[in-house]
Amino acid sequence: MPQTLYEKLWQDHVVVEEADGTALIYIDRHLIHEVTSPQAFEGLKLAGRKPWRVSSIVATADHNTPTDHWERGIEDPVSRLQVETLDSNIRETGALAYFPFKDPSQGIVHVVGPETGATLPGMTVVCGDSHTSTHGAFGCMAHGIGTSEVEHVLATQCLLQKRSMTMLVRVSGALGLGVTAKDLALAIIARIGTAGGTGYAIEFAGSAISKLSMEGRMTLCNMAIEAGARMGMVAVDEVTIDYLRGRPFAPKGELWDLAVNAWRHLHSDPDASFDRVVELAAAEIRPQVTWGTSPEMVVPIDACVPDPAEQADPVKRTGMERALQYMGLTPKQPISDIRLDKIFIGSCTNSRIEDLRAAAKVVDGRKVAENIKLALVVPGSGQVKRQAEQEGLDVIFRAAGFEWREPGCSMCLAMNADRLEPGERCASTSNRNFEGRQGAGGRTHLVSPEVAAAAAIAGRFLPPGELPPP
Amino acid sequence: MDKFVCLEGLVAPLDRANVDTDAIIPKQFLKSIKRSGFGPNLFDEWRYLDVGEPGRDNSSRPLDSDFVLNQARYRGASVLLTRKNFGCGSSREHAPWALLDYGFRAVIAESFADIFFNNCFKNGLLPVILPADQIDELFRLVEATPGYSLVIDLENQQVRRPDGQSLSFTVDAFRWECLLNGWDDIGLTLRHADSIRSFEECRRRQKPWLFAGA
Ligand code: SF4
Repeated sequence: MPQTLYEKLWQDHVVVEEADGTALIYIDRHLIHEVTSPQAFEGLKLAGRKPWRVSSIVATADHNTPTDHWERGIEDPVSRLQVETLDSNIRETGALAYFPFKDPSQGIVHVVGPETGATLPGMTVVCGDSHTSTHGAFGCMAHGIGTSEVEHVLATQCLLQKRSMTMLVRVSGALGLGVTAKDLALAIIARIGTAGGTGYAIEFAGSAISKLSMEGRMTLCNMAIEAGARMGMVAVDEVTIDYLRGRPFAPKGELWDLAVNAWRHLHSDPDASFDRVVELAAAEIRPQVTWGTSPEMVVPIDACVPDPAEQADPVKRTGMERALQYMGLTPKQPISDIRLDKIFIGSCTNSRIEDLRAAAKVVDGRKVAENIKLALVVPGSGQVKRQAEQEGLDVIFRAAGFEWREPGCSMCLAMNADRLEPGERCASTSNRNFEGRQGAGGRTHLVSPEVAAAAAIAGRFLPPGELPPP
Repeated sequence: MDKFVCLEGLVAPLDRANVDTDAIIPKQFLKSIKRSGFGPNLFDEWRYLDVGEPGRDNSSRPLDSDFVLNQARYRGASVLLTRKNFGCGSSREHAPWALLDYGFRAVIAESFADIFFNNCFKNGLLPVILPADQIDELFRLVEATPGYSLVIDLENQQVRRPDGQSLSFTVDAFRWECLLNGWDDIGLTLRHADSIRSFEECRRRQKPWLFAGA
């Protein structure tokens, strides 16, 4: 029987299956950060249990860590306690790798996993974090879990799961100039809605996906959770294998050849059938900007804010009205009239080297507009930061008036000091525009790095290609 | 985990779709390293007029009297009635912890986000899925009837209305049994420790590259 990639991965990890379909699934890689793990370690200790396989653990501190003045440590005592708790838990337990605060390889857990080769094709990857879907870009079964499940994986190396339904999102053709994986992700969410993927594992395929770099594939799978799917995935191909070669935790020598042979089977069989298929034409996708408080509230950059009066569904209509009120926008207002206060380039969606290169290309030789109070670039990891500095990207950003910061989650969720003040409006390369996400009362527009960079220069939304020459 | 068998409780209506986990419990409260104490900050940005911070005394903060949970008639509610895609967003288990800590034991919605749904069962909070027309009607009844309560009978998988009508829902068999008995998942899984061990050994032989560092 032909199988989908998801079915292959599922089958390869079933330890025990109950009659009702609930299965015990073996977990290969357990990523840990400070926010969702303390209660799990505590529960484990209280029950007198030991971690099952510590070499499956890769940990880092990312959500609470400051992005400047590292010499001062973590000034907020509540954040500091959480990071210190991770520290003592991991030091006590052990791990394959731990990248604590200030470590040269510290960074956002979903950036660090892939770039160190800790995420490998065919793995089950879990983390107490919904954006674990990112790792599906490597042909993995990767998804977020809650804290009780973190404890469950620590104690048993397994998770209780039921098989998901499968969805194929096929994107054919070539993306236009200035159109990125982020725009593609938002366009898919616009099509299926934020609950469209609920209960499904999504596989992204088609000629447009094959052409994406690993960074682009990670951006896309990262946003699968925003479409309601716990996981997104892309088949393994040469792009995947080239990316992994030589990474610290990737296999070497004979083991590498053995692994690559196995990885070559990690794709859906030609005749495999999916529970749902969604087709998109890449050429029709424009750069996207969200106007509301849910990622599905999104339109192309050259469009206008929609009018709730034209929405027939009453629940949707009130949702739109509430969103417009929160966002301080009026129906039918052109997106290009929206003026911004802050710019955030970062997060596990768009803080990899390719994202920073793309933004720097737009910014090069230009200046941040006067109305922008703060334009931030927060690299996803220490490694991304060093690479960017070697390429001189930091110089380009700084010369334009951007701040160049230390790695971490930063203003993606504003658990540290980087945040929006009430009413402030931000073009952000992150993944959630929920009310208060970037700071209470803050207004978030989700965009690609190119669009965020152009917005910093223009002070408002403008397609990157329409900026006046520097 | 606490057992859930049958509950009769006052219903509070939260008439919004796509209520996300940032709304249920804003991030600043995720800095806690405990499992309890989140109740006063449930729906913090909607409940209070100022911005909440961890460690603050919430009793003296200004309330938004329009927000449903601040209305006297819904005080003591243990059943939350809401719209589709409840709990979308992050995997934070602080969301069910906050709902439970506030006093909710069941949430009725047209649909739930996957990870949130899963997290509920791990904590003895029952998510009940009902069709849209039944939800619409419940909203009408709750708003029209002060003190409106429902019986949520997990054992028989029924929601019973005060007028005697019962609405059936389903919970998958394994979760149903765990919740009724208050079973600890980890204990259940460890009964399979031998199978896990032999699976692992076999995997280690076949795919040694997955076991770097032992
Ligand atoms: S960058 Fe944002 S979305 Fe990603 S892990 Fe950090 S907080 Fe979560």
